[in-house]
Amino acid sequence: MPPMQSLVAAVTLVLIAAVLVQVRRAHIRVEYSVSWLGAGLALLAVTFYPGLLPRLANFAGLQDESLTLLLLVGCIFLFVLFRLSIVVSALKDNNIALAQRLAILEYHLSHLNEKETQRS
Amino acid sequence: MPTASSLQHTAALEAPNDLLVLIPAFNESACIAGVLSELWEILPGCAVVVVDDCSRDATAQLAEQAGAQVLRLPHHLGLGGAVQAGYKLAYELGYEVVIRIDGDGQHDPRDIRRIYDTLKETGVEMVIGSRFLPESSGYKTTFLRGLVIRFFRLMLRPILAQPVRDPTSGFVGVNRAALELFSRVFPLEYPEIEALVVLQRCVFRFREVPCSMRPRAGGQSSITLWKSVYYIVHVLLGVFVNILKMDVRRLGGR
Repeated sequence: MPPMQSLVAAVTLVLIAAVLVQVRRAHIRVEYSVSWLGAGLALLAVTFYPGLLPRLANFAGLQDESLTLLLLVGCIFLFVLFRLSIVVSALKDNNIALAQRLAILEYHLSHLNEKETQRS
Repeated sequence: MPTASSLQHTAALEAPNDLLVLIPAFNESACIAGVLSELWEILPGCAVVVVDDCSRDATAQLAEQAGAQVLRLPHHLGLGGAVQAGYKLAYELGYEVVIRIDGDGQHDPRDIRRIYDTLKETGVEMVIGSRFLPESSGYKTTFLRGLVIRFFRLMLRPILAQPVRDPTSGFVGVNRAALELFSRVFPLEYPEIEALVVLQRCVFRFREVPCSMRPRAGGQSSITLWKSVYYIVHVLLGVFVNILKMDVRRLGGR
């Protein structure tokens, strides 16, 4: 295996192991680990299956397999980051809506308490 | 048309029951009490909600001590998030008109009545207190900020199908229809310009009235060069996204 592929395989294995550890510790939710694990498995497939990378290079019209591998890594992680941007945006919207709702409910509650105090 | 300064009254005016004045505030402890006392001098008994955007200073406590209702956000949401929280509360409380002023004392509360009257008399959904109408009393802006405002004026002219002199003004009044809209959809970071495009999407109308703008009563502006650049890019993107959301069929039927 060329050194570039070996390096990518090693980094991918570390990545998969790290993701699994974080899932086990509940630092990453299972649904968000899927993108990373999918990306890792795709990279492992490319590095361990010898015929796949030349075919991909040929398909992309590239002479250099290492460059093809780098481009593939870039595309996969771009996809993962894109997906996470969507997740983060949705979470931020939900977070703002929740914060606003909480503030409004606290406002109503404090006024109810004031009215209750005045009545008693 | 009378000038902003000639319309200023020193005598107190009775505050309408259906009006709520909204003051989004973040670290405005130096000004907030003064803003509130001046407001109530002009409009005694006016309903006021200060939206405290999780200030690190005593803004919320000082506003409460001054007699204002305070909506305390649990964490910092930014201007748009704070204003929208206020709009949501005002809508739930049943107010017909909400006028937003800044918590730094730059907006003159004497102009509130003019915004309120214009909303009621014309039936438009939003009224902007404009610093740049010929009748507005002499507001001086920096060269860079003036350039940015001119750029946005030119950009918005074809989108809004009407000119707007002061698209970045934070002195804004809305009626209940716009309140309902903004409770659901409101730009969350730099709301003024994008809010105009949101209005346009719903074929709502706006009008500008002259207002006076004063120097900050205290504290420091958070605007820096980097933030200004980020502001331009962010607003351009926001406007573009809002244009993409426009319902062409509805606009065609205007």
